[in-house]
Amino acid sequence: MSSRRVARAGLRLRTERLLEVAIEVVIRLCGVSAILFVVAIFLFIFREGKDFVLDSLKPGEFFLSPEWYPDSVEHKRYGTLALVAGTASVTILAMLIAVPFGLGAAIYVAEFSSGRTREVLKVVIELLAAIPSVVWGFIGMLILNPLIIQLFDAPVGLNVLNGALILALMSVPVIVSIGEDALKAVPDSYREAAEALGATRWQVVYRVLLPAARSGLLAAVLLGVGRAIGETMAVLMSTGHAVKIPTSPLDSVRTLTATIAAELGEAPRGSEHYRALFTIGMLLFVITFVVNLTADLVIKGVRRR
Amino acid sequence: MNPFSQSSRSRSLRRTQGVARAVFFCVTLLLVIPIVAIIGMLLLRGAPALSAEFLFSEPLRGMTAGGIFPALVGTLWLVGVSLAVAAPIGVLAAVYLNEYAREGWFTRIIHLAIVNLAGVPSIVHALFGVGAFVLFLGMGTSILAASLTLAVMTLPVIIASTKEALSAVPTAFREACWSLGATRWQTVRRVVLPNAISGILTGVILQVARAAGETAPILFTGAAFFLPFLPQSVHDQCMALSMHLFVITTQVPNVSQAMTYGTALVLLGVVLMVNATSIAFRYYLRRRKRW
Repeated sequence: MSSRRVARAGLRLRTERLLEVAIEVVIRLCGVSAILFVVAIFLFIFREGKDFVLDSLKPGEFFLSPEWYPDSVEHKRYGTLALVAGTASVTILAMLIAVPFGLGAAIYVAEFSSGRTREVLKVVIELLAAIPSVVWGFIGMLILNPLIIQLFDAPVGLNVLNGALILALMSVPVIVSIGEDALKAVPDSYREAAEALGATRWQVVYRVLLPAARSGLLAAVLLGVGRAIGETMAVLMSTGHAVKIPTSPLDSVRTLTATIAAELGEAPRGSEHYRALFTIGMLLFVITFVVNLTADLVIKGVRRR
Repeated sequence: MNPFSQSSRSRSLRRTQGVARAVFFCVTLLLVIPIVAIIGMLLLRGAPALSAEFLFSEPLRGMTAGGIFPALVGTLWLVGVSLAVAAPIGVLAAVYLNEYAREGWFTRIIHLAIVNLAGVPSIVHALFGVGAFVLFLGMGTSILAASLTLAVMTLPVIIASTKEALSAVPTAFREACWSLGATRWQTVRRVVLPNAISGILTGVILQVARAAGETAPILFTGAAFFLPFLPQSVHDQCMALSMHLFVITTQVPNVSQAMTYGTALVLLGVVLMVNATSIAFRYYLRRRKRW
């Protein structure tokens, strides 16, 4: 009788232990899921685009030619230079606007505001980050477009300036929140030491906090850049569709991301054009991978110090 | 000479301080003004279109009239299915990182992968969805393929907020549980997860807001321009609110201003309300924090 009870208890213990092991396997699997997905993303994009990379890719043309004529019958060209220039021009102008504003707001939120003001500002900036990119594109097309035509007397309002303004507003929340974290990570003893020497708040910020939080702020800017390069719908809708190297902020351009979004639906599956678009996808993946990796290494470097 | 009088140097310092403060305040204000102006403008121009009929009827006459009901339903499907996939994987991934894994090079790589997963452009996620789900796994353009793409994309949101919620549970709770002889999983299930559940929920709500607003990942994986019927299963295509806004502003001519602004307002309203819920929830939790 008692031996049977012992046996039953043993059985229960064994099934429980088995269950525990099974659950742990599942948890470990989920734990590495992020790695699996990042690898899978690259592999599957490579799988669709590899025929282009291996057979028809001419590196000289792909990277250095501004001619992107995927639909042309006899004059097919797959040069991405104009698209890269489009992405670069919009991103750079966006950062020229977003970095001073983003870092300025980060400094204000972290060092000059307090109590309720700070909470309200943080919520507003979080909501700013939540606005969907298609709504930003909509704003670019229907609100900024006529405004730019009116103010600058431009023939079209869908151009680098429009896209950059939209992208600036989209990447500011990233810069503010990461920048604020970086400022907060500076030990209070630094502030106290400076204030004990009679420094004003501005002197503390300028002479102590900015140098101390330098790499964290750099990481904030890099993450903003990453966001701007990868943004799709907003730039698709707000930059116009002109595959050319821009010479002024009022020129229309087409970015790498917008090209994929605009053309993938029309490129027949398996065609050279279709595979070329996946190759652009690989290029984008690599660019954002490098930017994000750098930002992360910079942040980690800060923590270690 | 009075040693306590202000020297001109300290006065000029005080002035610089004032100027700096004012400049930073203006910079911040310049960020707040656009968002208020934009929301105000959308409200002003979109509100006249809003009615029960707009929300609950089908688009008519080539989407230039009628309502947005199929798009609303489609967005619900996409968000629901992607949540059902992303939430368990994301929560368990965070459990692994916070409760099982030992800090080291391996968790470092996982962390890097999460950062990069969050940083991959949305259109690249779309390409992945096409290559993996639509073609390789043979799902075709369907709600399933689009939702899985969204799930992969929003996974980092859930992992990050769950991890934060888990690490807020004091170690003493776990130690007390272990000392009673509980296994690791028993501790997680009975002590850690129940204490972190509300924090996890805020992350899940954020995922919902994110998934509802995304357009690029569903563009080629399952969202349709226009469908005259509602989806019956995950293998159907569907319309989506974000996609619908894109289509009627860029692809369809002669859509009335009220229609486009109305659709934009509904999308923005849905996303911001869900987000605000998450924020409010977080503040509520912080206030009644017990440890």
